[in-house]
Amino acid sequence: MELRELQIKACDIRTDVVTLIHNAGCGHIGGDMSEVEALVALYYKHMNCTPENQNDPNRDRFVLSKGHSVETLYCILADKGYFDREELMTTYSAYRSRFIGHPNNKIPGIEMNSGSLGHGLSVAVGMAKAGRMSGADYRVYTVIGDGELAEGSIWEGAMAGGHFRLDNLTAFVDRNRLQISGTTEEVMTQDDQETRWAAFGWNVISIPGNDMAAVDAAITLAKETRGKPTVIILNTTKGCGVSFMENSAPWHHKVMNDAQYEQALAELAERKASL
Amino acid sequence: MGKANKQVVCDVLMELAKTDRDITVLCSDSRGSGSMTDFANTYPDQFVEVGIAEQSLVSIAAGMANAGKKPVACSPASFLSTRSMEQIKVDCAYSHTNVMLLGISGGVSYGALGMTHHSSTDIADIASIPGMRVYFPSDRLQTEALTRAIMADRDPAYVRVGRNAVEDVYEEGNVPFEMDKATVIREGKDLAIIATGEMVLAAKQAGEQLAQQGIEATVIDMYCIKPLDREAVLRAAKTGLVITVEEHVAIGGMGSMVAQVIAANEPCRVINLTLPDAPVITGTSREVFQYYGLDADGIVRTAREWLK
Repeated sequence: MELRELQIKACDIRTDVVTLIHNAGCGHIGGDMSEVEALVALYYKHMNCTPENQNDPNRDRFVLSKGHSVETLYCILADKGYFDREELMTTYSAYRSRFIGHPNNKIPGIEMNSGSLGHGLSVAVGMAKAGRMSGADYRVYTVIGDGELAEGSIWEGAMAGGHFRLDNLTAFVDRNRLQISGTTEEVMTQDDQETRWAAFGWNVISIPGNDMAAVDAAITLAKETRGKPTVIILNTTKGCGVSFMENSAPWHHKVMNDAQYEQALAELAERKASL
Repeated sequence: MGKANKQVVCDVLMELAKTDRDITVLCSDSRGSGSMTDFANTYPDQFVEVGIAEQSLVSIAAGMANAGKKPVACSPASFLSTRSMEQIKVDCAYSHTNVMLLGISGGVSYGALGMTHHSSTDIADIASIPGMRVYFPSDRLQTEALTRAIMADRDPAYVRVGRNAVEDVYEEGNVPFEMDKATVIREGKDLAIIATGEMVLAAKQAGEQLAQQGIEATVIDMYCIKPLDREAVLRAAKTGLVITVEEHVAIGGMGSMVAQVIAANEPCRVINLTLPDAPVITGTSREVFQYYGLDADGIVRTAREWLK
């Protein structure tokens, strides 16, 4: 996909996410909205990932370490045809639904279960290391939340990724600077990310994370980097795309009323029309 | 005298790795204590060192399993079963990845090093996780058969072995082994002794001592703690007295699982011989077992007392 198509796709996915969460009456909408550009760029341009190749040993792999932002991933996988979109939209989080509030690999297209934070990076390291040992050329991507960076296990994974020089591995940090209790810097200092990852032997790219052109270019750079893994620090806006959600900690998982839902749809339609 | 069960696991993996490039051993600075140095030296391209980082040890192993490898994550049972517990739950069991978790120097193997190094709760910790299997093999011969079986299937499993060489329970060339079926070592009508791991040898010896005293005991090797062999438990209950023996605390151990099955089906007296609900005394494994009645003499004493 070209840049404008990716931007349009990002608007459509945000609209789906808003609708999914409004239908279900639950969901972690703030972090869903901040990660959209990264996931759209991966799934519609950079990753070798389709419903047809989901069992191919050489498929690219994605692990959503910040598993609570699963709604964006669900909407993308549905759009790509991994499962029925209508089933997702009508059953998400409902009684006996297979679509629960965190990634589960019984759902086609999802590689690993997550939800408890701090697991995904080391899992992605294992996938990337296995690829290197097998001489396979697939790539591995993971998205980590910035609140999640307080988990010590993230830094075990960072250490191993750097040590093994896994240049087939790219981690994204969704640096929206908010977590459920407030700003990340109030809860537990995470600045600066650039120095921290560099110290662990990673190639660090820091970009405006809701700028599709920047995200696209950063992923291309990561793919060209040799001898070390890349971390892309996505400086994002939590709730990006809906004015009343943006940069608001309560919208980590707040639920829209009908009026708010209509406003969100209108703003996203306007955003799409402006492209 | 046999050899340490952990050495046997390494020997089997070395043999399998000759023809299977996907067999991968991961260690957390534990290759020496895990008897995996030979594997690391012989198959450096199939060996992964993660450093002293048990959480990422398990997550990395799970990621490798997703990518088609057959990983064995090897770390002292004390750390593997508790520090990595959430990784075992989420990345192995819940995600259903083909990881063999090898808990080495299990139970009180580390003796005087103290409670930090003892794994006396690993059955309770891991067997309670949906989707996890738990095995405590008794001797080198059973360990070999079990390792082959686990490496041939595609489900996650936790295997605990001790640090020291243990005497053979079985005979070379005559190792009755059926996956997930307990092994009946002797049959008797007066009582049943169900043991697991390195306690099986003591149970076998106790059965022999009791026979000399005119008491006929059934002795069962319950190496498969989860899935527990319920049929074997119910057959044991028909004797009217079941004594369980394990290198583990009572709460959530093999004995409590046996008691649950018996209570719901074939009620009889169930006596659990276990480690205490407290840090154990300082001593070697042998001294600790003797102190808490987890040796042949202790089992015989308990049997005679309850048969009165």
